[in-house]
Amino acid sequence: MSETEDADGTEASGEVVTTAHGSGGGQMRSLIGDLVLSRFEDAGDVGLHDLDDGAVLPVDDDQSLVVTTDSHVVKPPVFPGGDIGRLAVAGTVNDLAVMGATEPLALSCSLVVEEGVEMDFLDTVLASARATCEEAGCSVVTGDTKVMGSGDVDRLVVNTTGVGLVPRGHHVADAGLSPGDAIVVSGTLGDHGIALLSEREGFDFEGDLESDVAPVNDLVAAALDAGEVTAMKDPTRGGFATSINEMVGKADVGAEIDERSVPVADSVAAAGEVLGIEPFDVANEGKVVFGVAPEDAEDVLAALQDQPLGADAAIVGEATADHPGRVVLDTGLGRRYLTEPEGEQLPRIC
Amino acid sequence: MATDSDKDLQFRDPDTAEELTERLEELMDDIGEPVDVMHVCGSHEQAIAKFGLRSLLPDGLSVRMGPGCPVCVTNMPEVDEAVALAEDGKVVATYGDMFRVPGTARSLEDAKADGADVRVVYSASEAADIAAENPGEEVVFFATGFETTAAPTAAVLSDDPPENFSVLSAHKYVPPAMEVVAEMPDTNIDGFLAAGHAATITGYGLFEEFVADYDIPVVVGGFEPLDVLLGLERLLEYVRDGEAGLENAYPRAVSEEGNVQARDTMWDVFETESGEWRGIAEIPAANLALREEYAASDARERFDIDPDVGGEDPLTEQCICGDIMAGKADPDGCDLFGEECTPQNPVGACMVSSEGTCKIWYEYGGQPDL
Repeated sequence: MSETEDADGTEASGEVVTTAHGSGGGQMRSLIGDLVLSRFEDAGDVGLHDLDDGAVLPVDDDQSLVVTTDSHVVKPPVFPGGDIGRLAVAGTVNDLAVMGATEPLALSCSLVVEEGVEMDFLDTVLASARATCEEAGCSVVTGDTKVMGSGDVDRLVVNTTGVGLVPRGHHVADAGLSPGDAIVVSGTLGDHGIALLSEREGFDFEGDLESDVAPVNDLVAAALDAGEVTAMKDPTRGGFATSINEMVGKADVGAEIDERSVPVADSVAAAGEVLGIEPFDVANEGKVVFGVAPEDAEDVLAALQDQPLGADAAIVGEATADHPGRVVLDTGLGRRYLTEPEGEQLPRIC
Repeated sequence: MATDSDKDLQFRDPDTAEELTERLEELMDDIGEPVDVMHVCGSHEQAIAKFGLRSLLPDGLSVRMGPGCPVCVTNMPEVDEAVALAEDGKVVATYGDMFRVPGTARSLEDAKADGADVRVVYSASEAADIAAENPGEEVVFFATGFETTAAPTAAVLSDDPPENFSVLSAHKYVPPAMEVVAEMPDTNIDGFLAAGHAATITGYGLFEEFVADYDIPVVVGGFEPLDVLLGLERLLEYVRDGEAGLENAYPRAVSEEGNVQARDTMWDVFETESGEWRGIAEIPAANLALREEYAASDARERFDIDPDVGGEDPLTEQCICGDIMAGKADPDGCDLFGEECTPQNPVGACMVSSEGTCKIWYEYGGQPDL
């Protein structure tokens, strides 16, 4: 074996992982595609290669198990409107929910803690995780704890895995859009990402910039009861722009979004302009993007608006046969493509 | 929620946009031949791309971006100097846009990944604050940008900054670059949409000489979408009438004389010198260097900077940023665009900054036929 070969005999590329590989865009997809997907076979109705929010595994003729897992790191770990404990539980509950499993059976929770972290901080985070579990109607049933040396991990990493059930064949993938489907969002976009960036950059904007982190399983259940949901995704990393592009890409349809109908909080829009960051490009932790059969769009919208987390829900556009794989944004003035953000968002010069 | 006040913001009113668009159509009909105008500000390109304004423009009207991105025109050796200082143990503070700009061998981001202390700041005063908070460190502000950021840098330097604070100036002055572009034989620009930000400091009166010397219309424009459309309408009127006039289409921010105090402070601290603008040309009197009185705060005077100049990436030879900034090409005319050259792995500086044409085209989906 030459020096440039790895242990398995493949040639070493010399490339290293960068933060951009974790940003949810094209580089992350190529990392996963090259290193992960090629090594594992699919199983079940929705598997690894579908790159959906979770896997769907048939249990018997009537039911399927939905499984999802996520590791959570966030800076700062306690932020306006939430903390890493709430984020970890809500993130996993939401990934189950957008597959159609709105009543989570149970979660696991693993902690990787940096030596020196205050007990009070852990106490706060775990109390928050528990409260969020109660809100979502589930519990943590197994877990693991590791302590790393100072500097070996940044304060705390929380991994949560969740399982839930769906009636067999009734899961909702993110790839189900058809031309004509209404695109519905469950509320204001960009709240989590802009709140965190503002906090991280030390900006003290007027107005309430708070994360939207929350479990959305009840919200999703209400939508599913109200009409035919053809596709669902929670627009976390990479935001709405990434989610809607992934949805049209997988379904090989286009989408036309009317920017004026997309709910964005005034404070988020203003802070985004100052930071030079688009609210569509940053994470949401308590929102859902739905594809809905056109005849059911108004019913689903009404059902969402009846929910506490869905008061600002809106129909923002529709799937189209034109421009397959691309999202056209009508800005109210002109039209352009809505593209996925790439990499870490950095503040601009002026 | 997006409120009604947001939607009806007068600078984004769709009805007025439609009226202006129709007016542009009429003017182009009157002119009867293709028109090329150039704006000289990344924020104009941002507004045009973000609001999809190119989809509204009449056939034959081409709006091109000139050398209006300060990050893009910062020359590679200037980046090398900043990288050298960072590698030599200085704390280097700079704007976020500069972080990834490739020097001949490396970027500040590369230096940081190897342990150098590179900080992203929003202002010169924030960089000075870092110096005040870290008296044991030498803090260098890698200062880029046009008049809009040069004036605040000057204000910090003239206000008794900490002794451990210095400035590596890569500040640039826009008007001479407009002259160079206007003189380029293969760049046929019919009018300039001048940058409202810079004119806020220098005043629009500054352009009178340029209009007279080059017999070309100049309209100072703001950055809301209707500001841009209005600026284009005024320019087309001049073109139709065959006149080389000067107009301020951004009066709510720009006056004839500008911000006199800021401008005076800027010229107290800086003087112009000849310098290379990346990819474009050596431009006389377009770089802002610290005057001798400020030598103690001048990183070039204070430190023996020996940049580690590396072999250029062979890809950079294929990069057409220079042609793009001179209005001769569009980003998708570059073989590297969106393939070898992306915001994550920029080959040319235009793909780095949010003010750069390539980055803006990449981010907002280019110039689709929609």
